[in-house]
This record gives sequence, C-alpha cells and structure tokens, in this order.
Amino acid sequence: MTAALPPHRALGLTDAEYDLILDKLGREPNAVELSMFSLMWSEHCAYKHSKKLLGQLPTEGPYLLLGPGENAGAVDVGDGLAIAFKVESHNHPSAVEPFQGAATGVGGILRDIFAVGARPIAVLDSLRFGELDSARSRYLLEHAVGGIGHYGNSIGVPTIGGELYFEGPYEQNCLVNAMALGIAEHDRLIRSAATGPGNVLILFGALTGRDGIGGASVLASAELGDADADKRPTVQIGDPFAEKKLMECSLELLDRELLVSLQDLGAAGLTSSSSEMASKGGLGLDIHVDRVPLREPGMEPFEIMVSESQERMLCVVEPARVDEVLAVCAKWETTATAIGEVTDSGRLRVLSGGDVVGDMPVEALVDDCPLYDLAPEKPSEPIYPAPRRTLETDDPHQILPALLRSANIADRRPIFEQYDCVVQSRTVRRPDDADAAVLMLPDGGAIAVSIDGSGRRVACDPYRGTVEAVLECAANLACVGAEPLGLTNCLNFGNPEKPHIAWQLSESVRGMADACRALDVPVVGGNVSLYNEGPEGPIYPTPVVGMVGRMPEAARAGRLGFAVEGDAIAFCGPLQPSLPGSELAKLRGEPLPDGLPEADVALVRKTQQVVRDAVRRGELRSAHDVAEGGLAVALTECCLAGGHGAHVDFRGAGADGERLLETLYGEGPGGFVLSGSRPALAALAREIQLTFVGVVGAPGDALELSLDAGATLSWPLAELRGARASGLADAIDAA
Amino acid sequence: MTRYRVLVRPKAGILDPQGQAVERALPALGFKGVENVHVGRLIELDVSDVAHLPAMCQKLLVNPLIEDYEILEAEPHPAS
Amino acid sequence: MKFGVLRFPGTCDEVDAQLACERVGEAVILWHGDRDLQGVDAIVVPGGFSYGDYLRVGAIARFAPIMESVIEYAHAGGIVLGICNGFQVLCEAGLLPGALLPNESLRFVCRQVDLVVERSGTRFTNACAEGEWLSIPAKHTTGCWYAPPALHDRVEANGQVLLRYAPGENFNGSLADVAGVCNEAGNVFGLMPHPEHAVDPLTGSTDGLKLFESIRDHVGAHVGA
Repeated sequence: MTAALPPHRALGLTDAEYDLILDKLGREPNAVELSMFSLMWSEHCAYKHSKKLLGQLPTEGPYLLLGPGENAGAVDVGDGLAIAFKVESHNHPSAVEPFQGAATGVGGILRDIFAVGARPIAVLDSLRFGELDSARSRYLLEHAVGGIGHYGNSIGVPTIGGELYFEGPYEQNCLVNAMALGIAEHDRLIRSAATGPGNVLILFGALTGRDGIGGASVLASAELGDADADKRPTVQIGDPFAEKKLMECSLELLDRELLVSLQDLGAAGLTSSSSEMASKGGLGLDIHVDRVPLREPGMEPFEIMVSESQERMLCVVEPARVDEVLAVCAKWETTATAIGEVTDSGRLRVLSGGDVVGDMPVEALVDDCPLYDLAPEKPSEPIYPAPRRTLETDDPHQILPALLRSANIADRRPIFEQYDCVVQSRTVRRPDDADAAVLMLPDGGAIAVSIDGSGRRVACDPYRGTVEAVLECAANLACVGAEPLGLTNCLNFGNPEKPHIAWQLSESVRGMADACRALDVPVVGGNVSLYNEGPEGPIYPTPVVGMVGRMPEAARAGRLGFAVEGDAIAFCGPLQPSLPGSELAKLRGEPLPDGLPEADVALVRKTQQVVRDAVRRGELRSAHDVAEGGLAVALTECCLAGGHGAHVDFRGAGADGERLLETLYGEGPGGFVLSGSRPALAALAREIQLTFVGVVGAPGDALELSLDAGATLSWPLAELRGARASGLADAIDAA
Repeated sequence: MTRYRVLVRPKAGILDPQGQAVERALPALGFKGVENVHVGRLIELDVSDVAHLPAMCQKLLVNPLIEDYEILEAEPHPAS
Repeated sequence: MKFGVLRFPGTCDEVDAQLACERVGEAVILWHGDRDLQGVDAIVVPGGFSYGDYLRVGAIARFAPIMESVIEYAHAGGIVLGICNGFQVLCEAGLLPGALLPNESLRFVCRQVDLVVERSGTRFTNACAEGEWLSIPAKHTTGCWYAPPALHDRVEANGQVLLRYAPGENFNGSLADVAGVCNEAGNVFGLMPHPEHAVDPLTGSTDGLKLFESIRDHVGAHVGA
C-alpha cells in the first residue's frame, strides 16, 4: 500500500510543526531527527495542549522539596526525610494488553521514584473500566489487576490503596493510573540535570529491543512487509525481576555517591531521557548508538533512539568513577555501558560508528515545541448518554443492598487481596482498615496516602466535580489523622482539540487550582493523558488526585469501623445530600445533571481539620468520610468493618419518598460518620456542625434506622455483608 | 550441536490448577469435547552431548517429585 | 544470638526478616554469592521472588553458593527457617519434604490467616502451646504444599507437621491443611505464611514473634551444642 501521507504527518506532526523544525534545524531533518522530534513534540512528551493550563496550579508550599519538572515530586516529612511521589497513566497500552500495560505502568512509575533517589515504599492504583456486564471490561479488570499485582509483588513494593470504577464511557478507553511513593533522606534526593562537560553517560538495565516502536516504523530504511510485523512489537513487556535488580543497583550507586545525575527511560526511551537531561543542565550530549547493548540484531539508529524497552536508566558519571559504577552494576547482574558524553555544545548528537547520524539543538527538542491554546466551549447538549437503568424499585429497604452490590461500591477485597500490602513492614493501616493507607516512619510518626478521582460527577460539572475530588482526597487523609503535604494528579480527558473537551479540561484544572489553594496543598507533579475517546465518544473527564499527608503518631492512626458497643455515633460537616449525579441516580438510569451544588470549601476544610485533630488526640473510635451511596452506605461500611451493628435515628427525613432517599443515599462533599464517647464527640460540636444520631450495637447484629411515624428500616449485617461481597466476586470468579 | 526439546508436565495425580483452569475455560468459549488438560513447560536447548541431558533434567530443569519429562529432538534454532 | 538472613537477586522480605530477628537477637544479611555463614546460630531463608521465580519457584536459588553452605550447615544439625520463597527453596534443595504447587485459585492472595500449632516443644514452636492459634499474614501464588501419599504418611507419622491452617483458612489447597513442615531431624522448618510480618503491634498481630523467640530460646539453651 502506498503511503499517502508524508512521513512527518504519519508520525503525528502538523505541517506547521514540521516547518518549525526546518527552521530550528536550518535544514530538512533526517530519519533519526524526524523520529526524535515527532516523539518530543508529541502530546505525551510535550504537553502541547495542557502546559499553559497547568501553569495555573499552585506549586509552592512549605514542605515542598522537589516540584513539577523532576522525575517525581517530593515533600519534607520531618526528621530529615522526604517522601517522593507521583502518579502516571498507562491508559492506551492497557487497553491493548491490560496485563503488560498495567504492569509496565507500575514499572514506569517506580523508576520515576528511584530516579530521584528515593526507595519505593508503596504503590496505589486508580482503575476505570466499562460496566461489569461487558465481557471486555471483566477481562480488562482481571488482567490489569493481575499485571499490577505481578509487578508490585515481585519487586517487593506493597500496593496499599487504590480506587476502582465502572462506567459506560470507559468501555473502549479504560484508565489505568499508577501512583508510587518513595522515601529518601533529603540530601540523597538527586536531580536529573546532566552536568559537567566531559562526564560520561552510562546506560544501565535491560537490553534494548524494538518495544514500542510502532508508529515510527514508517521510517524504516528497509522495505518490510506484513511478515515482519512481529519485528515491531507495540506491546512493552515488563520484567519486575530485572527492575528489582535495577532498583537495588541504582540505590546502591546513589548510596555510594557515585552519580552526578540519574534519569529513567520511559515513553520515547533514550530520546526523551537524554534530551531532558541535557536540557535541564543547559548542556549537550553525544550518544553513540552503536554502543547500546541490543536484544535484537540489526537495529537502526532511529530504532535505538525511540525504543521503549523497559527497565533501563541513564546516569551521568565523572570519568574517574566509571569503573566503580560498572562494578556495582555487575554485582547486581545489571548490564551497564558507557554510551556517550556530556558536552557544552547545547546539541544532542547521535553517532553511529563514528558518523553523526543526528544533530539537533537540545532547546529545539525540549523547549521549542509549540504550545497550543485551547478553544473551550461549554457544550449546549449533553455529551454522555444517561446510564442504563438497573434498579427498578423505589423501596428504600431494597435500595441499600442494591447499592452495596453495585460495582462502584461493592467490596474490593477480591481485588486488593491480589496485592502484597505488608512487605517492607511499614503498613499501619491496610486497605479496608481506614479511609487512607498509613505507613509508619522511623521516628514514630506516619504518612498517609490516598488516591481519588472522579469521572461521572466531573462530567456533571467539571469545575465543582474536580473540587469535590480534591476535597474527598483530603477528607480521606483527615480520617486517619493526616495533614496533606502535597498532591500529584493525572488528568484523563478526551480530545482537547474539540471545544467541549477543551472546556472540560480548562474548568477541571481551574477547579483543581482553586481547591488546592483553598486547602493550601501544592501540586508536586503529575501527568496528563489526552485523546481518550473513540467513535462512540469520549471518556468522562477524569482528574485523579493522589495526596500524601503526615501525622505525628502512627499508633493513633484512625480507623473506619465501629469498634465498641455503646459508642455514640455522630454525623458532622456541611454535607448537603443530593441525588442528581449520585450512584443511586446512576442505578435509576437518570441522565447526568447539568451542574452540581456548590460546596462551602472553607467549611469543609475546617471540618476536615477538626476531625483530623480529634483523631490525633485519640478522641474518636472511628472516622469515615461519606462518599458514594451517601450516609446509609457509609454507616454500613462502618458496621461491617467493625463487626458491630448500629441503631441510627433518621427522624425528620420523612418516612418514605424522595426526601428520605435523598437523606439516606444523597451524595456531596464534607460529611463524616464518627463514633466514640459522647463527651468527646460533644466537644467537637463546639467547633463544627455535629449531630448525634445513634449508638453502636443493635439487637440481632443489624443496621437499624428509625424513621418518622415509628417506621424503621432494618437489615441484618449478614445480609449487607453478603450483598457487598457479591458485587465484584461474582464478576471476577474470586478465590 | 543438536537441538532438543524437553517437555515437562505435572506428574499424573498431582493437583494441576492451571490444567483445570484451561479445561474449564475451553467449553466457555464454545469448544466441547475436551478432557484431561494438563499444562506444563517447554525448554529448548542446543546441546553438544545429549548424554548429559537426562542429568540436566534431573538436577535443574525438572522437579522429579512433581514432574515428568520427555526429551525430543527439535528443528535447529533459526540463528544457528 | 545471631541470625543470618539470605539475600538472592529478587528476594523481597529479607529486611523484614532481619528486623524481626533483631527483636530477639542480632541479624546479618548473607549475600547469595558468598559461602561464609559468618558463624550464625540460625539461618533464615526469606520470602520474595528469587531469580524472578524463573523455571520453578526456588529452583535456581537452591544452587547459589550460599546455599551450598546452608545445606552443609543443615546436615550438621544447624537451624534453618524457610519462609514462603525460602520454604520453596528448601524443598527444591531436598532439605524439606514435598513441593509447593500453584494456589488452587491460580491467583496471588495476601490475607491474614489463622494457623494452629500442631506440635509445640520443637526448636521453632517451643514458645507456643499445642493447639494455640497464631494470626499471621500469608501472601503467595505458589503455596499449595504437596507430597506423594507415602511421603505424606511418613511426614505425618514422624510429627513433622508443625503448623496447619485453621479450619476454613486454607486458601491455597495445601494437602491436609499443612502450613509449615520440618525435616525428620527437626532442625529445618519451612512455612508459607510470613511470621516476620507479625511481630509489631503497629502493623498487626505479634504472633509471628513466637517462632523467632522459640529459635532464640532453643539456641540459648543449647549454647555450644
């Protein structure tokens, strides 16, 4: 088949971008240069459509040590220690091959962590698929979870938290966002800037093959037919054993202070890593591709530069220390090769056998990619179809088990049991113990971490929905007693060149910026994944937020379960339960509302602080934030986690009808379910809105709600437990 | 150098959950009439002296407590 | 007393094991490529994915130089504790009876399980009471213990089963609910659950500490033996 497109267009560059390259180079780019520009100027590497927007996000804070722009962000957690963290997406590869896509997503984010000098200590994942009744979605779920478990477990990093949602718009475009945390002493944090002309560039880790070359194959000099398709794998295969050795090797190199700088190879392989190292240092690099150890024979220079083979790192080393570096790599059975030098030319030169096969100004590659303004326009019509109706009843008694059984609320145990959550001996709160994961620090303190995103509610209202997601994440931290120190985010959206998607993206970033400022939480870094759409439409606009917080005493970390019969139960906070956009509305097949109610962010923040401080003082037996399914689902979760029933007073909500449903199952930010001694809870009522609603323990181990006119709703805990346990287990044929 | 294949399979009577999983999955995909599925491993190697091969199997390639094996000659490796 | 905790490429839980050992004595990490056991009083072969679980779990680690020394040490009566991947390595090395097969569900499962102490009074369980329940996390894909019938009968008859999964807790399908088994001489013990992850009240149960205390108490009572 004759190619109708000129090479630059086939590689995703516009004519205008190509002309700009001609201008920067002063001549036509050759194959090597064109492939490198096409990658560095791709949306994924250059953030062409999002960079201007992202400038709005606050990136300063008293605890910030490394901000956006480095391999990972980092915050000070006291005692001379830093926590590095970041979230990244691996959406498109996971839709193609979910096991390897998710696995290599974890591998990539882990490398970003040890690339800044931190030892990885935890992984969290945020997953979104189509509805569970789709065989494809069940397949993606099973294999993505398998891939995350395979990689994280094998490398000895615990997966301690995550979130999982099922919505129609993700059917063709699933979301796999992986977050990782690492720990380092402040003075061990390393930057990626290449410095010191004359220093040696060493590539270490796995051999380089043709992984991920895909689209760049149009540049091959040899004519290849279909029979050679298997020479150009688009699926990257991850090897956690190789990465474990690579990680230990990197950390030992850093421990021995043998490196000037370090960078991991991710998307766009050697091209992006080397360009970025050179750019940050304001210098140049010479790379000899004929020195790169290869997995496959006969690779061309452009293939070597764009290969996305996994588990590789680049470092800059002073010439006198090269032998020591090679010795450490040998000890860890990690291939290491000197492949280039740092220069002061300001150019990235690619050499092969003494010939210069590529020569580009670093600035042109990294900084000169045009940035585009979005042309946002609020859509005049709904973009998304109403969810399919699956609930026929309006009976509040049947609705609770139906919500518990629904895929977005059901017990995630079949998923998180596939992850090692205890390795490294730091885990103080495991999944299901509390609203956030908690890891102890050497000084008796602890860090807490949560990952929270929102799709459907952001589709209802991109600005307010995003504010809610940020508030939810901070609320989860408050429930264990942690104060947020920093935030990382992944923005998963459709095609930003379409005005309605541009509108979603702009509004969402504006919401995130405002919420972060209102909570005083800086953004330490993040990731953008665009073009998540297909012929059937875009995904819900899905900002995903990962937050890290600190608390002074690990032993006082909060829990979510009702623990002691007789404890008082209280609701607190400015929650205004509302049904439009809720899980119940979804089950009823209602169309998405246009807009969400405004939250009183200052009051939500105050409530979070009060709850957090009470948890720290040990005054609460349990704290749980109200999220999907509203108050009734939150109460159920507290009962099941603690193994105790509860009697709760809902008089005033009406005995039946929409108002009762709204009170029980309505959603919104700012609500918490607390339990503890009456006096302790009463003291909180002096600072925030708090209502005593009941007591832990009910006859027959049930959740019992008193309604108006002497009516009650009651469910045996066994029934609620069974409903909650069946939701996912039935779908994935659990152990 | 001759190329050999060592086929490793679970010993008869040993619990083989992988075999069982495959046996369950095939009918679900519409393939009937499949029984006695067992999942093992294939090791291919170029060997200069085949007399050493059984010892290699006994010592490393196979766990004789739970696996049986079979040695077959194979087509030469493409690179050789 | 001093514990030696092995480290192979791919080992994950060696630092956790070292921390657990350090609650009852001293502990050093022994590199897979060395042969020197540094005069330790007990060896711990820890959990993880040594050599990526390539070929078969534990199949490659069992040939590491350090394992040659550990095998000699075991034959001379030295105390060896194998945890999870360590249990797998010791079975491959022929120091423990049976083999570990894939979990029935074919999935990795991480779960706190209850174990029943089948026999106390051994080097590894003297700090426990017979019939006592221990709550310890298990996390593995290949933990289904198997032995052919005649071997299994011998193992049971000799009292080599020290720990069993409590009723309903056996998620991997292990024969006769065997969670931990020792050799005939009683100096080598392997179990799939991870006692080193049950030693700190901050992270959960502390029942696992009893196994390390048992080893310490045995060594203390037999100094010079």
